[in-house]
Amino acid sequence: MSLMALREQLNMLLNSMYIEGLLDQQFQQLQMLQDASSPGFVAEVITLFCEDAERILTELTKLVDQAVVDFQKVDAYVHQLKGSSSSVGAQNVKLACIQFRQFCEENNKVGCLNALNVVKHHYYLLRNKFDTMLQLEQRIQAYDSKQQN
Amino acid sequence: MAVDAEAQFHVLAVDDSLMDRKLIERLLKTSSSFQVTTVDSGSKALQVLGLKEEHQTSTSALSPQHNEIEVNLVITDYCMPGMTGYDLLKKIKESSSLKDIPVVIMSSENVPSRINRCLEGGAEEFFLKPVQLSDMRRLGPHILKGKHKEQQQLHQEENSNNNNMSNKRKVMDEEILSESTRLRFSSSSLNLI
Repeated sequence: MSLMALREQLNMLLNSMYIEGLLDQQFQQLQMLQDASSPGFVAEVITLFCEDAERILTELTKLVDQAVVDFQKVDAYVHQLKGSSSSVGAQNVKLACIQFRQFCEENNKVGCLNALNVVKHHYYLLRNKFDTMLQLEQRIQAYDSKQQN
Repeated sequence: MAVDAEAQFHVLAVDDSLMDRKLIERLLKTSSSFQVTTVDSGSKALQVLGLKEEHQTSTSALSPQHNEIEVNLVITDYCMPGMTGYDLLKKIKESSSLKDIPVVIMSSENVPSRINRCLEGGAEEFFLKPVQLSDMRRLGPHILKGKHKEQQQLHQEENSNNNNMSNKRKVMDEEILSESTRLRFSSSSLNLI
């Protein structure tokens, strides 16, 4: 695929993510922070976010599964995930976390179980698109460096 | 202690989230080419600042250790396990050697009582997360104010040990130094996004 076609695919992917609410304006901030001196910045942040999110989701799954749920602990993890999704611009995940915290506050176990599923749904959808995004970026950068040689 | 007119400002960023540390570091370096050190806890921040908690008493004038680095601004997350950003703020403001270092607090939660508490505790600014490039503009004045206070304090200390001749020369030096700081502020403020 030509460089132009790759770039177009990436743009279309990003646009769809904004339109569908997967990403918000914060992601644009991240893109603004990437430049020649820090070309892998966005990829690095995305990777850190995904690692963080998956670690938290694993913990949450265990915690919400208990006979007696420790809602404070659950809330603390959801708060963390809300923070990192907010920092990376992961809008749908962030919103799902906000809902989740409501159920924690109400000590509502069923609500929490459902909310966790919603968060997971949005997170994995986003993760999928992030993977595609990073692959496209890598191919684009490889193209660029080939052209320069 | 001679102040190097070319020295960069050094910011210490404190956050328990690795992602947020990466972000704040990039924001700081992009907006003003600050020198940045990041740590993941309040206690590590105090170590970097040269304050050993075990030896600190409430009234002791703790002199910074020789191996600590000079920090011109501390920017810290509020919600951290163990020592919160507010706890760190208080420890810095209660230390005679560190109290003039400006402290900025960040939080993902917009809680007015929390914000007021921090500002009343001596924080210069309170940033809502996610922190933006435009927020970085608000740091400049605080860093310079801190630097100026530090120079004044040093000047006072040196003066009390010197005779008249050296005093005159040092007063001239200080004027030249504050001139260069003022000039640097006006040129760097043009560069801040």
